[in-house]
Amino acid sequence: MAAELPPGLALQKVDERIMTLNVGPQHPGSGHMRIVVQIDGDYIVACDPDPGYVHRGEEKMAEYRNYITNVPHLERPVIHDSCNVLYPYVLGAEEILGIEVPERAKYVRVIASELNRCIYTMYWLAIYGIFLGHSTMFMWPAGDRELLIDLMEKMTGARVTHAHFVPGGVRNDLPPNFEEVCLRQVNYFEKRIKEYAAIFYDNPILISRTRDTGVLSRQDAIRLGTTGSVLRASGVDYDLRVKEPYDVYEELDVHTNVMKEGDSYARSKVPWLDMLESCNIIRQALTKLPKSGSVRTKLKPNPKTKGPATVYKRVESGRGSLGCYIVSDGKPEPYRVKMSVGSFRNLIAMPYLLKGEKLGNMPSVYWSLNYWPVEADR
Amino acid sequence: MSGDSEKTEPKPEAASPPPDPKPDAKPDPKPAAEAPKPAPKPAPKPAPKKAEEPAEIPEFEKGISDRLAKRFGEKAEVAFVKKDRIRINAPKEHVHEVAEFARDELNYDHAESVTGVDYPADKEIEVVYHIGSYTDPTLARQILVLATRAPREENPIPGQDSTRLPSLRDVFYSVEFGEREVFEMLGVYFEGHPDNRRLLLPEDWADLPPLRKDFAIKGR
Repeated sequence: MAAELPPGLALQKVDERIMTLNVGPQHPGSGHMRIVVQIDGDYIVACDPDPGYVHRGEEKMAEYRNYITNVPHLERPVIHDSCNVLYPYVLGAEEILGIEVPERAKYVRVIASELNRCIYTMYWLAIYGIFLGHSTMFMWPAGDRELLIDLMEKMTGARVTHAHFVPGGVRNDLPPNFEEVCLRQVNYFEKRIKEYAAIFYDNPILISRTRDTGVLSRQDAIRLGTTGSVLRASGVDYDLRVKEPYDVYEELDVHTNVMKEGDSYARSKVPWLDMLESCNIIRQALTKLPKSGSVRTKLKPNPKTKGPATVYKRVESGRGSLGCYIVSDGKPEPYRVKMSVGSFRNLIAMPYLLKGEKLGNMPSVYWSLNYWPVEADR
Repeated sequence: MSGDSEKTEPKPEAASPPPDPKPDAKPDPKPAAEAPKPAPKPAPKPAPKKAEEPAEIPEFEKGISDRLAKRFGEKAEVAFVKKDRIRINAPKEHVHEVAEFARDELNYDHAESVTGVDYPADKEIEVVYHIGSYTDPTLARQILVLATRAPREENPIPGQDSTRLPSLRDVFYSVEFGEREVFEMLGVYFEGHPDNRRLLLPEDWADLPPLRKDFAIKGR
């Protein structure tokens, strides 16, 4: 490190050279969080992430509302992935309330959650593009995302905050002719995102900025307990849709995308491959979707639980495994709701990856972690 | 992009409504007559299943819980064994030992979450670790729920009172931020944790730890 510094700087004492730098919380480069970095010349010697600027107390709020009225506020941490954020909570609440979900509702949930995964990933990709200075990669995903937002609007009535999943199924049935429109939009969407390879993933500038930066070895990815695309980019074959299938994922053919490099490039490519896989899953779900039937087991406004219980359910969200631990004491309100979110789990890798990196590589490493500050804070 | 979808949308929408009502209208009486019949059938089926399931302890999970029970005996209690989930309640003197055993002998390699639950009636705070495994494919579905309890004080001074637990950070590195969160939210100090600072709460927070039950939301 010191050898690369100009001689004048290298002669100084280390303590005099090191500078502490605040990145965030207002700076758009860090999202709604602060990262305190210490730099020696151009190299990061230490990094301390400081989340909490968008902490909303979701877990505390959940203790004051019953299992149904918790739905609209628990999706707020990630409004553009709202179906996946709600999914484990809804699965857990169903077990606690002891209700069965109609078959058709399960397929509608899979379609909605895969569409949401793509909507989330496109948003993330747009941000990743703009922070690497690639403004076309901001415009394209932000525009193509509209295709799927239109679909979700048709399905749920809301463009972003859907509150579509409820204990017992989904809120509304699909509108007439939805399957056909969905298939066409998804096919077009798939064609569009395949074009991203030429402009972004095969782009020599992107490759030179992300290859071999922030390398996370397989062993460390496991030790740090990372999840989702970060884990799969480090060569660990782990996707809950395959490993612990929930709802009807068992009946669908899901392929897990794994890359071995563990660098920023791999971490930026795996979510894109996942989107292509999501298109496959949506097409399969559309063909297997039962043509008619109920989509919701109706509950009374203040449903009774089966008695004291604890449940831990997990799903694969856009940012990795998302677990929900619910403690019920038999009352209509949950005693404790804990969301174990992918962003929070991947945050631990940040100080680890940034140490020894150049300051200029910080955006490419930070955003490749598929990190969403609001979700980490809850 | 939106232009494309708008252009293409109206055609099938305009074309499809006519065919839609026809198939619906014709088979309508039949499904309506059939629907009530299958509906009562599935309803009684799940009921006996549910009654059987708790009695039937899955074999694989039973194997793991037996190893734990054999190794620790009285020291740790197996609270339940369900499909994919095993829960161990360990007193705080032995929780570190159980975690080491889970890592070294049972191949669990990371913690998914650290949760604190406040029980004012028992004067205790429970800390629950959800432990999983990436390396062992047979454990991919499994979660080991490791719970332990710390004494709770009415007027907490976080970090300086008796609400303390041994940290598992040296066993599972991945609990680092989770334990920091439990410390600020419930006031449980983790002995041996290298970095017991606040994570999410503001530096000047001077109220009770907010996830304790006696901290009330205004207006609720």
